[in-house]
Amino acid sequence: MEEKKRELLEIKGLTVQYHTSDGIVHAVEELSFDVEEGKTLGLVGETGAGKTTAVKAVMRILPDPPAKILSGEIFFEGEDLLKKSEKEMRRIRGKQISMIFQDPMTSLNPVMTVSEQIAEVLRLHGKITRQQAYEKALDMLELVGIKRERGKDYPHQFSGGMKQRVVIAIALACSPKLLIADEPTTALDVTIQAQVLELMKELKAKYKTSMVMITHDLGIVAETCDSVAILYAGQVVEYGTREQIFKNYQHPYTKGLFACIPDLFSDSNELTPIRGLMPDPTRLPEGCRFHPRCPIACERCGKEKPGPVETEPGHWVRCLAAAKDWEGGNACG
Amino acid sequence: MERTTGRYKKRSQAQEVWRRFRRNKRAVAGLIMLIVLLLCAAFAGLIAPFDPNKQDLVNRCAVPSMEHWFGTDELGRDIFSRIIYGARISVSVGLIAVSISLAGGVSLGAVAGYYGGASDNLIMRFMDILLAIPSILLNIAIVSALGTGLQNVMIAIGISSIPGYCRIVRASILSLKEQEFVEASRSAGASDFFIITRHILPNCIAPLTVQATLRIGSAILSCASMSFIGLGIVPPTAEWGSMLSTGRDFIRNAPHLCTFPGAAIMYAIFAMNLIGDGLRDALDPKLKD
Amino acid sequence: MTKYILRRILFMIPVMLGVSLIVFTLMYITPGDPAAIILDEGATPEAIEMLREEMGLNDGYFVRFGRFLLDVVVHQDLGVCYQTHQPVAERIAETFPNTMMLAGASVLVAVVIGLIMGIISAVKQYSFFDTAAMFLAMVGNAMPNFWQGLLLMLLFALHLKWLPASGFGSLKHLILPAVTIGTSSAAAIARMTRSSMLEVIRQDYIVSARAKGQSEFWITVRHALANAMIPVITTIGMQFGSLLGGAVLTESIFAVPGIGKMMVDAIKARNYPVVQGGVLIIALTFSLINLLVDILYAYIDPRIRSQYR
Repeated sequence: MEEKKRELLEIKGLTVQYHTSDGIVHAVEELSFDVEEGKTLGLVGETGAGKTTAVKAVMRILPDPPAKILSGEIFFEGEDLLKKSEKEMRRIRGKQISMIFQDPMTSLNPVMTVSEQIAEVLRLHGKITRQQAYEKALDMLELVGIKRERGKDYPHQFSGGMKQRVVIAIALACSPKLLIADEPTTALDVTIQAQVLELMKELKAKYKTSMVMITHDLGIVAETCDSVAILYAGQVVEYGTREQIFKNYQHPYTKGLFACIPDLFSDSNELTPIRGLMPDPTRLPEGCRFHPRCPIACERCGKEKPGPVETEPGHWVRCLAAAKDWEGGNACG
Repeated sequence: MERTTGRYKKRSQAQEVWRRFRRNKRAVAGLIMLIVLLLCAAFAGLIAPFDPNKQDLVNRCAVPSMEHWFGTDELGRDIFSRIIYGARISVSVGLIAVSISLAGGVSLGAVAGYYGGASDNLIMRFMDILLAIPSILLNIAIVSALGTGLQNVMIAIGISSIPGYCRIVRASILSLKEQEFVEASRSAGASDFFIITRHILPNCIAPLTVQATLRIGSAILSCASMSFIGLGIVPPTAEWGSMLSTGRDFIRNAPHLCTFPGAAIMYAIFAMNLIGDGLRDALDPKLKD
Repeated sequence: MTKYILRRILFMIPVMLGVSLIVFTLMYITPGDPAAIILDEGATPEAIEMLREEMGLNDGYFVRFGRFLLDVVVHQDLGVCYQTHQPVAERIAETFPNTMMLAGASVLVAVVIGLIMGIISAVKQYSFFDTAAMFLAMVGNAMPNFWQGLLLMLLFALHLKWLPASGFGSLKHLILPAVTIGTSSAAAIARMTRSSMLEVIRQDYIVSARAKGQSEFWITVRHALANAMIPVITTIGMQFGSLLGGAVLTESIFAVPGIGKMMVDAIKARNYPVVQGGVLIIALTFSLINLLVDILYAYIDPRIRSQYR
């Protein structure tokens, strides 16, 4: 018998909108996913799919206004974060859940030394003296592969990859239970990307941290994630374990994503891009949000909103074609 | 933030700027205030109920009434009429002083930025010198050299605000000079004058317009300040600053001699500031919150 | 850093030379014969001519400019006041501290009011406070200094009789002129602080600080304010110029025995050496303030500091 899975983070039916002068942006709708203790979940999708919005909602750091969390529950260790007070949230941020941001160039404060910035989070969440925090900050720098002497330096004196190491040091300083990494390598050079990913994997294993990895790179997912949620226009369109998604992807959008990956060993010398563009988030299409771009869409797809369908245990697909009552095979007759 | 608004309607740039300007309530309010001011200046003779210089010694320092809306001054002249006529002076000082500094600043800035080297050094050091003297003092020094009077006040104010325009033009030329369309034009054999006037200056129009609008307001203020210390327009000409200056002696018993001219100055500057801010937001929407 | 400061001070020399040249030239072409002004109206043409010769007024432009520079630089001699027959340097030494005291008090008023209004407006963007504060700032910006001074005098000195209307010497005397000069600069500082803070608040490192669990108060103070200060300090430095200029008008309204009032009186009496000296000393002060501002940048922003090395 398998041991019962322990969910560290459970998001249920999360809906977030931005109220702007151009209209209401449906950033995230009816979003649900879980993160198991010690495991990594990959959030995959194009820019604008709502990945960052979803995790910022977990941290409760969405800018309000314009962002509004309309409904949903976010359970962290069994407690709903959306019901917590701001003061309680402050004790969770940085301590229990911490975040690595996309662009290390802009996510460090330019007028504070890096050790000050690491020490800040330590002093916020632990009763330690300034000196102890400073020493611990230098330890953290060493842990991420930066010499202790550089602690008194300012962010502009570091390269992009080194800055991201500092950001990782800040995120892990209080040994959080959950680490959210928002495209941690996108802004870095390709050669540095591998190093940073390797460092993250190593530290995650060392601290037994659970992780949410936001990316649009399926290669990173294959390397680091245990389960995967594919997002499209604010909805999870497919969700399952890494094996389920990579071996048995079913949603037409996921298929499209995989068709975009160049395969070195394939004879085909053409990639198949997904036709069309992401819809304007203020005016999403009726019915299935993907149907205007979907190669197998039919009349029903423009009218009915598909719900998630469990096609095998733990593998959910939000597509009418995946449902049992679908007649007509792969395309509409 | 992860959102995109991919709506794009093709309009000419001026129309687009006007559309954004029009949506800004404060800017429109400023524009209406300016139109009122311009109408006063243009049709002072029709609007003003009295001759601004007609004295009425029986009715000295009369408080505001139905007949004299803003009261009368120490010589019994109607303050309302004097303020209406004063608009002429303020509007012309604003426009002419700004034209002088625009002409000077743009040409100096263009030469400095385009030719660089020694001419750039010389011009910019000269601007540093002008900037080292607070503008009111420079105005005072220039007017005391040239003598008082409307014309000299305009020249003084015009000269002392040259550096601002010069810097704007030079900075944008420096950034534009190396761009490809300028290179292309140069390799096609265009003259320097052609390149500067046709390619480069149109690209600094936005910041220049904003600067000029705001400067009209401060030119009006400078003129009033100069008159206030007795260096600008001298009595009996109806000018807001000199009205304030004479009214100052009567502030204890007849404060309306000061309040109305001062309010008129504030009105004009307020209008120009509203328009200037509105233009800045309309010309460069990125700068808006 | 020291090297940078020294270099900046060296660069000030040509600027100050230029300022003296401009001031000298303007006074040179100013109509009116200083000799005739010094002597009484009944003086004989011979007496005037003699004084002209004695003062060197008959020499050429460059000779006179050279002598002016020599006097200023070597002898710290700015000429003699036509009215009191005191050395101008002495008159400046009497009046300058008063002006600086007034300017200092005005900067204090401007910075305290401007920063507080700007920060609260930015943090509570679009709130009632923000709208009201920014409207006030617009009004403050548009209000002529001298008019505001008269209105304040009318209200607080003549009607309420809380404060003295004019004079100098006590803190009470300083309040009205300092508020008059300070508030219009406060308006500019408030507007700049607000827009600079609004820009900084949107930066990623503010979100990072939030993600660390830092409280909004400390995010504003430690993270946002330090980064937003650069343009604000530029504004404060620039405002110092208009503050000194504002002092010229405000001093004569409140009868503050400062350099501004001295100059305005001197202009009316065609007492040119005093005007000359006053413009020079204010330009020098202003240049030093600008240097101070640049050094402050480096103190606040490590990126600028490393450029100076």
